[in-house]
Amino acid sequence: MLAKRIIPCLDCKDGRVVKGIRFVNLRDAGDPAELAEMYNRESADELVMLDISASREGRDTLMETVNRVARQLFIPLTVGGGVRTIEDAVRLLKAGSDKVSLNTAAVLHPELVRELADRFGSQAIVVAIDARRPKTQTGGAEGQRPSAAGPPDGSPRWKVVIYAGTQETELDAVEWARQVESLGAGEILLTSMDTDGTQAGFDCELTATIARAVHIPVIASGGAGGLEHFAEVFLRGAADAALAASIFHYGQHTIRSLKEYLRGQGIPMRL
Amino acid sequence: MIALLDYGAGNVGSVLKAVRYLGYPAEAVSDPQQLLEAEKIILPGQGHFGNMLQALAAKGSLEALRQTVAVGRPYLGICLGLQALYEGSDEAPATPGLGVIPGRVRRFEGIFKVPHIGWNQLAIRPDTRMFRGVASDSFVYYCHSYYAPVTDVTAATTEYGCAFAAAVESGPIRGVQFHPEKSGEVGLQVLKNFLES
Repeated sequence: MLAKRIIPCLDCKDGRVVKGIRFVNLRDAGDPAELAEMYNRESADELVMLDISASREGRDTLMETVNRVARQLFIPLTVGGGVRTIEDAVRLLKAGSDKVSLNTAAVLHPELVRELADRFGSQAIVVAIDARRPKTQTGGAEGQRPSAAGPPDGSPRWKVVIYAGTQETELDAVEWARQVESLGAGEILLTSMDTDGTQAGFDCELTATIARAVHIPVIASGGAGGLEHFAEVFLRGAADAALAASIFHYGQHTIRSLKEYLRGQGIPMRL
Repeated sequence: MIALLDYGAGNVGSVLKAVRYLGYPAEAVSDPQQLLEAEKIILPGQGHFGNMLQALAAKGSLEALRQTVAVGRPYLGICLGLQALYEGSDEAPATPGLGVIPGRVRRFEGIFKVPHIGWNQLAIRPDTRMFRGVASDSFVYYCHSYYAPVTDVTAATTEYGCAFAAAVESGPIRGVQFHPEKSGEVGLQVLKNFLES
């Protein structure tokens, strides 16, 4: 059976993995190649590296890092963070990534997705979508879940946000997901900005809505805190894969123990 | 020298890395003469069936490949490289394959998520050489929208809506629908078995 995938994410800055919540209070968490090897040994299905350097030097270091990580890695590697142009993508693929992920650039220049898919094939292109319930809808305390019904006027239940979650657009996340599929994206990496960092669970409604709207795989991201959250996002959220960073970095759970638990819940896992 | 057939759009880089990691000298080649002189050939196919075969034909490599396959030079086709062994593909109805294996490659139908992406299991037929050291039920990594039918030379099957040819083995000719360079230890073992054969 096709297994659901567990994908650890390494946030990288200037050649080091960093830990932090939403880019605040960043602390060094180690060498990317060493962590990659550890996750690989623990049966990670793929690896995602997100570059959060903002500088040119940081970008050059990224290429070296990708090279070092890819050298000994024989599972798929996706690299993203600040991919803005075709050249950025070419460099990453040449440095050893199997897939590149674009987020803001895809929203600002959708034709870039088409160009990259035509040039490298859809299998190499992941479009990351950050989505959030519109502010007018949330109300109440931070972290409180809003009603499932959605706004009565039929406006988007989730809006796409860009620039690392700092800018809300008018794009409907579901419509955008359909659009990126038709532009040739191979997969969608979907992050709920409502649950990200809360460790209170993934946004299963958002994930299921998007997963059922497109024929390409959806990787869920944002909110994993416990083993049961992963079970939920696969069973209720219809996700094909789940991505997590802090739950593994803080050593609360290993990927292997997570996969054994999920297999016990009847979810197909590669072990 | 192991020749990795480069037609401009394949994933030669990652396969090259894996072969060298296993300790074998390998080069990406596109010149038909180099192909004819190679000890073993790997075709890491990716993209579109028609485009790949046309690109190979344009460089004269397709004819060279036909010749090497005909004389029994060891060959490993990966992904589209396996599909090319068949008579043809619905992805490019006007482009003939090498016709070494009977049957046509078809698109997955009646399944919501296409392409088939991720880790899926092998059901390995007994007595294959290409899977020595690999447990049946092992997971390997797939990424494809078209599949090859099961025949007498199928060495392993995988289920995705239907059973399809995950791997083929016919004398010195081998093919895998999955990506051995992306399938962890299992994939490396399959590559090693080919390189050692």
